[in-house]
Amino acid sequence: MIEVKISGTALNIQSCIDWVMSPQCGGIDVFIGTVRNITKGKTVVRLEFEAYEAMALNEMRKIAEEVLHKWPVQKILIHHRTGVLQTGEVPVIIAVAAAHRGAAFEACRYAIDTLKKSVPIWKKEVFEDGEIWVAAHP
Amino acid sequence: MKMSILAFGIVKEIFGASVLDIELTDAATVVELKIVLEQKYPRLKQLASYMVAVNNEYAGTNQIITGKDEIAIIPPVSGG
Repeated sequence: MIEVKISGTALNIQSCIDWVMSPQCGGIDVFIGTVRNITKGKTVVRLEFEAYEAMALNEMRKIAEEVLHKWPVQKILIHHRTGVLQTGEVPVIIAVAAAHRGAAFEACRYAIDTLKKSVPIWKKEVFEDGEIWVAAHP
Repeated sequence: MKMSILAFGIVKEIFGASVLDIELTDAATVVELKIVLEQKYPRLKQLASYMVAVNNEYAGTNQIITGKDEIAIIPPVSGG
């Protein structure tokens, strides 16, 4: 089973875990991305996330389908935030449930690594003295 | 043909708008679109890379664009 979501309001970690939990699964692996307070020595004031929503949901679904195809995983959930996030807030949650932990760990890592490469979501880092779209320039 | 191009992230700042209306030759390819855009907005060439999406899918350079397609410019993604 797959669930993907893009949300303009706070993600709920517990409800993500509850959604993947199932009697056939002996392990749940959860990746929680959080907003870091420092990038390359500069204090981050906030992050602003923007998504091309329809395509981002498509790409998130593709990752989830690929995970179900590659690993013996029962359930995968991918939730991503948009909008303004402060330090410590949660931009992304990936939860994977499988019968055994090996598949859950591997699939979860694959999902976040692939999301960062292919899902059309962008973040702007806002510092005290300026701002930058992450990864935009070489 | 008249096309409305969706812009995101830094491309929105380069275009100065989230939707850019441009005139494109009928059955233009993705690479032809990129040439037109880069002539008008040279800052696109300074990006690490950028992709074109056609109807919510990453498009290859030789893909043909039709008037009904939804076109978006995808600068380097940075989600997560």
